[in-house]
Formats: sequence, C-alpha cells, structure tokens
Amino acid sequence: MIQVGLNHFLVLSAVLFSLGIFGIVTRKNAVMVLMGIELILNAANINFIAFAKYGNFGYQGQLIALFVIVLAAAEAAIALAIVLNIYKTFSTVNVDEIDTLKE
Amino acid sequence: MNIYDAIFYLFAVVTGLSAFFVVTTRNIVYAAFFLLFTFFGVAGIYVLLGADFIAIVQLIIYVGGILILLLFGVMLTNKITSVQIKTGTLQIVPAAVGVGLFAGFLIAVLTYTEWKTVDTALPLTTTEFLGVMLLQEYLVVFELLGILLLIALIGAASIARR
Amino acid sequence: MQDSLLIKLAVVILFLPLIGFIVTVFFGKSVKKVYVFENLVLIASFILASILLYGKLNYYIDTDLFSEFEWINLGEVPLLGLISIKLGLMLDNVAAIMIWTVMLISLVVHIFSIDYMKGDIRYNHYFAYLGLFTFSMSGIVLTHNILMMYIFWELVGLSSYLLIGFWFEKKSASDAAKKAFIVNRIGDIGMFIGILLLFITYQTFSFDSIFIQLADGKLPFNSEFWLTATGLLIFCGAIGKSAQFPLHVWLPDAMEGPTPVSALIHAATMVAAGVYLVVRVFGMLTGDALLIIAVFGALSALIPATIALTQNDIKKVLAYSTVSQLGYMIMALGVGAYTFAFFHLITHAFFKACLFLGSGSVIHNMHHEQDITRMGGLRKKMPLTYAAFLISSLAISGVPLTSGFLSKDGILAGTYAFASLTGHWLFPLVGFFVAMLTAFYMFRLIILTFHGEPYDKEKYEHAHESKFAMAMPLVVLSILSIFFWYTPNPIDPGEGWVLSKWIKTPEIFTPVETRYDFMKPDENAAVDHSSAVVYSSSYTEAMHNAHYPAMFLSLIVAGLGILLAFLFYQWKRIDPDKLANKFKPLYNLSYNKWYFDEIYDATFVAGTLMLSKFLGWFDLKVIDGIVDGSAAVTKGFSKFSGMFDNIVVDGLVNFIAILSGFVGLIFRKMQTGKVQTYIVMVIFGLVILLFLFKSF
Repeated sequence: MIQVGLNHFLVLSAVLFSLGIFGIVTRKNAVMVLMGIELILNAANINFIAFAKYGNFGYQGQLIALFVIVLAAAEAAIALAIVLNIYKTFSTVNVDEIDTLKE
Repeated sequence: MNIYDAIFYLFAVVTGLSAFFVVTTRNIVYAAFFLLFTFFGVAGIYVLLGADFIAIVQLIIYVGGILILLLFGVMLTNKITSVQIKTGTLQIVPAAVGVGLFAGFLIAVLTYTEWKTVDTALPLTTTEFLGVMLLQEYLVVFELLGILLLIALIGAASIARR
Repeated sequence: MQDSLLIKLAVVILFLPLIGFIVTVFFGKSVKKVYVFENLVLIASFILASILLYGKLNYYIDTDLFSEFEWINLGEVPLLGLISIKLGLMLDNVAAIMIWTVMLISLVVHIFSIDYMKGDIRYNHYFAYLGLFTFSMSGIVLTHNILMMYIFWELVGLSSYLLIGFWFEKKSASDAAKKAFIVNRIGDIGMFIGILLLFITYQTFSFDSIFIQLADGKLPFNSEFWLTATGLLIFCGAIGKSAQFPLHVWLPDAMEGPTPVSALIHAATMVAAGVYLVVRVFGMLTGDALLIIAVFGALSALIPATIALTQNDIKKVLAYSTVSQLGYMIMALGVGAYTFAFFHLITHAFFKACLFLGSGSVIHNMHHEQDITRMGGLRKKMPLTYAAFLISSLAISGVPLTSGFLSKDGILAGTYAFASLTGHWLFPLVGFFVAMLTAFYMFRLIILTFHGEPYDKEKYEHAHESKFAMAMPLVVLSILSIFFWYTPNPIDPGEGWVLSKWIKTPEIFTPVETRYDFMKPDENAAVDHSSAVVYSSSYTEAMHNAHYPAMFLSLIVAGLGILLAFLFYQWKRIDPDKLANKFKPLYNLSYNKWYFDEIYDATFVAGTLMLSKFLGWFDLKVIDGIVDGSAAVTKGFSKFSGMFDNIVVDGLVNFIAILSGFVGLIFRKMQTGKVQTYIVMVIFGLVILLFLFKSF
C-alpha cells in the first residue's frame, strides 16, 4: 500500500462530500437534510486542513476550518429554528410536502 | 505499513462507513448516532493532519453542540413513540447513480491532479499560533464571526419562539 | 452697426411671425385673446424691419449682406460632383425695402382685421394664418438661394389656400381656394424644373454663386438656348404666383377670401412675389427670355384691364386691376426697366392695399354688399374712406403728385425707350392704352360707389364711417401713396433717393451676345466679360429722351380715362348701356372675362376629365382584366398551395406537435417542483461537464 499522503485525505473528503449530497437529495426529513449538509461541511474542512498541512499554507487553513465550524454552528441553530417553526405550522418536516412559505 | 497509515485507515473507514449509514438508514435517531461517529472519525483525521485544536473544537462544537441540537430537532419534530421516526426517501436510484458518477469523477480528478505537496512538519501544539492569529491578523474576521454568531443565535431563538 | 447684427435682425424678423403663428394656432381654441399676441408680434416685426431698413440704407447701402450655413452635405455624388446645399439669408437693398413693405402691409392688415373679422367663429385661426403667411413671405424676401425660396414659395401657396378658403363653409370659397392652389401648382412645376436645371448645371442653389459661375461662362447644357429656357421655366413660377396671363384666372376667384386677406395677399405681397422672383433672377435672363417675359407682361396688363371695365363686383375690379398692374411690372422687367418695375412693386403694394382695405371698409359697412351698381353716394357717409380711396385711385391712374405717377411713368418711359432702341412699339402702345383703361375703370368704380344717388336707401342710412382700427390703415397707406416719400421732385422720379440710391441698376451675368443690344457694355468702355456690366450709355440716353414724351403721353391718357369715366357715369352724357349694346360682342367678351374660365373648363378641365374617364375605362377593362386574370391564376395556385399546406405542411406541423407532446410527457416528470430533484439534475449536469472537460 502506498504511503498515506494528500490524496488519501482528498479522496476521503470526496467520499464524505458525495455522501452528504446523497443525503441531501434522498432524505425527506429536513433534519436529515441538515445532517447531509454537516457532512459536506466536514468534507470541506478536511480539505482545508489537508492543504494546510501539505500545501504549505501554515495555519491559515486550520483557521478557515475553525471559521467554518463556527458558521456551521450558526447555520445549524438557524436551520433547526426554522425546522421547528415549519413543524409548528405544517405538522410535518418532510421537505417534499412543504411548498408554501406560509399556511 | 507504519502506525500512521494504520491509524489513518482506521479513522477513514470509521468515518466513511458511519457517513454511509447516516445517509442510508431510515431511522433518524440511528442516523444521528452514526453522525456522531462520523464526527469522531473526522476529528481523528484532523489530529492526523496535525490540527489538534481544530479536532478538539470539532468534538466540542459538533458533537457537543450541533449534534445535540440536531437530536433536539429530531425529538421535537417526531413523535418518538410512533413509527414516524423513520424517514422517507426520495429518488434513491437516480441519486445513487448521479452521486456515484460524480464521486468517481471527483476522485479521478483528485488522483490524477499533480498536487504540489510539501509535507511541513507542523508543531505539535497549534493552539498558541491560532490564538495569536485570531487576535492579531484575523481580529476583524474573528469579531465579525462573533457578531454573526450572536445574531444567528438571537435570530434562531426568535424564529423558534414565534 | 455691425453687419452681423443686421443679419441677426433679419433672422429675428423672419421667425417672429412663425412664433406668432404657432402660439396663435395652438392656443387659438382655448385662449380667446390670443390674437392680441399675434398683433404684438407683428408690431415688433415691423419695428425691427424698420430698424433693418434704416441700418441697411444708412450703413450698408452699397454692400449686400450674406449669412449662410450648410444644410445638407451629400459629399461626392456621381455625375454631379461635390454637393453641399446651403441655406441662408441675403440682405440687399431690394430685400430690405421689400421686407419692410411686407411687414408694414401685414401689420396694417392685421390691425384692420381686428374690426373687420370681429365675431368670426375662427377669429384666432384667421390671425394665425396671417402670421403663417407673413412668415412665408418674409422667407421668400430674405432668402439667398432659390431652393429655400421655393420652399417658402409653396408655404405662401399653402397659407394663401388657407386664407382664400377661410370661409370654407361657402362652396365658392373652398372652390376658389382649390383653384388658386392648383393653378399655382401648374406654374410651380415649371419653376421646379428650372430650379433643377440650375442645380444640375451649377451644383448650387445660391443666387450669388449661380451668377458668379454664369459670369464665368458656364451655361446649362453649354447652350444659350437652355439658359433662356431655364430663365423662362423659372418665370413660370412667377406666372402662377403673380397671376400672369394665362394663369391669371385664380386671382379674381380668390376674392372669395376675407377682404383684408385680399389686400395682404392678392394685392400687395404674395402676388408681388412673382415679380420679386424675376427681380432676383434678373441677372441670368437672356434677351430672348426677357422679350418673352415682356410679351407675357403686356398680355397680362392688357387683357385684365379690358375685363375690369365691365365688372360690377368691387373686389373683382380691383383683382383684375391687380393682375393688370402686375403685368405692368413684368413687362417693365421684360423691357429692362428693372428699377421702375421694383419701384412700381412697392408703390403698387401701398395703394393697392389701400384700395382693397377701402373696399373692405365699404363692404363691411354696407353689410357685405359687393356690387357697385347697388352702392352710390357713400362719399357723404364715409368721407375718410372716400379720401383714401380717391388718393389711391389717383395713384394707380398715374396722376401727378402721387407715387403711382412716378413709378408708372417710369415704366412707360422704359417701354418707350425700349421701343425706340429695338423697334418693338407695341409695348409702349399697350402700356399707354392700359394706363387709360386703368384710369377709366378706377374712376368708374369711385363714381359708382361714392358719387351719385344711393341705390339702396335703407343700407345707405345704416352705413357709417369705419372705426379707428379700420380707418387708421387707410390713412397710413394713402399717405404712403403720395410722392414726397420717394422723391423731392414730383415730376422726375430719377431725382429721388429711392431710384438714385436705394434701388440699383441690376448686374447682368448672361453672356454678352445673348443680351439686348442696349445691355451690352459700351464699345469704348473697358470690356471685362467676367464682371457684371450695367446698361450701355445708349440706354441711358434713350431713357432720358423718353422721359418727357412718356410723361406727357401718360398724363394725357390718364386724363382721358378719368374724363371718360366722368362722362359716362357722373354726368351721364353717354349711356354706357347703349354703348354696350352697340358693341355687344366686345362687351360680352369683357363681361365674361374673355371666357377664360369657360375655355379652361372646356379644354383643360374637360380634357382632364376625359383623360380620367379614359384612364378609368382603361383601368376597369384592361388593368382589371389583367388583375382578374392574375387573380384566377393566383386562385388556382392557391388551391394547390392550400392542399399542399393541408397535407404536407400541416402534417409536418402536427407530427412535430405530437412529437413535442410525447417528449413533453417525458420531460414533465422532471418538473417536480422539488429542490432535491433539481439538485440531482445539477449533479448529472456537473458529471457531464466534468466528462466534457476532463483533462486525463
């Protein structure tokens, strides 16, 4: 087996990314869709940090990853608030059934 | 095969498999728990990449914050007692084909690209450097992110209370 | 005073009446008093014109002022060369005097109309049309190129049409307007062809550059014949506009318009435009052309004068007298008496306008009675009108101490001198005969209208002198008909400032061999073909010799005419009816206007009708036949084409429709309205893109 290098990390990230998209596309439940998004964000973070190590970018990649995590937290908070609101309004969180912004 | 590679493969398999289960299982609670493993795996990868601080942050925020939030979302929006906890799926076949092709191409692109790699041996502890950067070079971004986070949380609270 | 200032003044004078027209015509309906604005504009124009005249005659008496700008630049044109059409103004003494005259008469007519037209339903529009007319007339006077003149020429035609047909509810008025317009158009076609000939030859429309090139020996088609022809074609325009024989028929009919309009347009200014045109192009008329012009002038002087003898409509008499006087001017131009022709144009403008306004005053106060046999005795009721009318009549008859005497005498002397130099004695003969006729019919008019016993007692009792607005113009114009405005010596106009300084002997640019003998440069003088040459000394001598005989003769014929009029109508020594019965055919000829209208009806109008009928028949039978035939062919073809359409084309279309329906059925599935489906498609799209642009 080859020495683990940049490509290994990138491939892992690509797999995570694809699985994230798959989750987004196939799940009906809005919370599951959110999970897919988290996967994608994680994939992106792996890329950042991998390039920080192998691409001679110093700590900046890690810093960006930190920011992404923060943004992910904010996004998750907002998204879950919206999901709760939708549930209150429509009694469901299935994204294929929700086609209006209000009742 | 040295110990580094072995650890990488371990974490990669944990991450990939649990992620796969996250997107395939029909039970939302299971999915949430698999997501936990995924995050753990990713944190391990971070450590492997020399980003110890980020790894810890990943654990604290993702596992301790976001995942709990998601679980709350699941609990609050599904009647646990009923079978409703299972989620429906859409267009599995085309999505699988499309995503598979896409992943294939992506991996091909990644592998065939000649990356200029320099394996820099980063110091073991990154916390000090990140802290310095955050409070000097990236102070404005840092502050802005803080404000953003504040606004987002206030907004989330206000939306959820509506 | 700067010359550019004068030119600017001229531009202002030109456009002021247009502003008046625009404002008056657009606010005519909503603002009752807008005619006041039009009148103020005219007053301003007149004041400016006076300043212009003063400046021109005091500071630039010997220079012609120009101002031009490029209007259209066509660049290099095949066969013709560089073409750039310029518009601009020329201000020489003739133009300055003319614009002042136009403005003065226009002003007095405006003022006269305030009372005369009171109560008309289109009161404001009437003034708007007057403004339009004044604008167009100023354009003709001030322009420096013949194209612009033609444009304003047609504008004048338009405004004349509007004014003649002002009371278009009356059939006769609208007919007269149409007649005037169409008859004018006949003359204008000739003028237009002439302009085109000039343009083809000289690549310019400007008078001065045409003259310069002509002096250099450039001729249309390199032949003197074509130069003559061009001159005559342009003269066609003058025939139409100045109502010369044989196109004079429209002017008497044009009397259907309001009387002040007749004074402005059909006596003083517009009909003078024809004479003015000939004055403008005088430098390029050859001897042959001038002779033909003189013949037309003499005919137009003679025929209408004989017609005027027997007419009973006060305005018709004046109309025919106008044609006759215009014929005088044209004849004078034809015989080379250029200065006197223009002089007569000015003096005639004043006294003829006065006569028309006087007749307007009479008609107005007699409640639109125009027949002079139904008037009479008005002298006591309207003394001011009578005085003005009398002075103007004396002027037109050529009685000493009036302006008419000076100019008419000059014209007669011109024809006399011309005859003594070339032997064409018919011209002075016609001139003197017409002078007698003029005196006769004018005094017939006066005696029948103002002297004797009133015909209609009731109307007579109601008649009264006109108000200030109508009386003032009469006074102004009749004062202008007296000699001292023009010369200190009431016998010799040559001593006056008008002729000795203001109006100059024209410059002739035609090749020397085509001119009259007396227009050729003197043998002993330094011969310079390229520069303009004034008349030879032999002409000056002949004019000098002709002065006294012509004067006495004209005095005698004028006296004779007046005496005859008194014998016939005042003292009733000779019964005109008996005389008329004796010379029945002659009387009928005159009374029926030489049957011109009937002849034209029988020939041109009927001919046109017959031609139209033939063309109509041709259209109906031949062209329609062809059209019907082609229609049948087309119908057959359409049937086939229809079948082709139904089966092949429609089939194709339907097939495509079915196909699209089928494809739609498939693709409709993709439009789920769900974001996730679209994301899948985006992924497929991404895959395809990656596949297309892959580099491995």
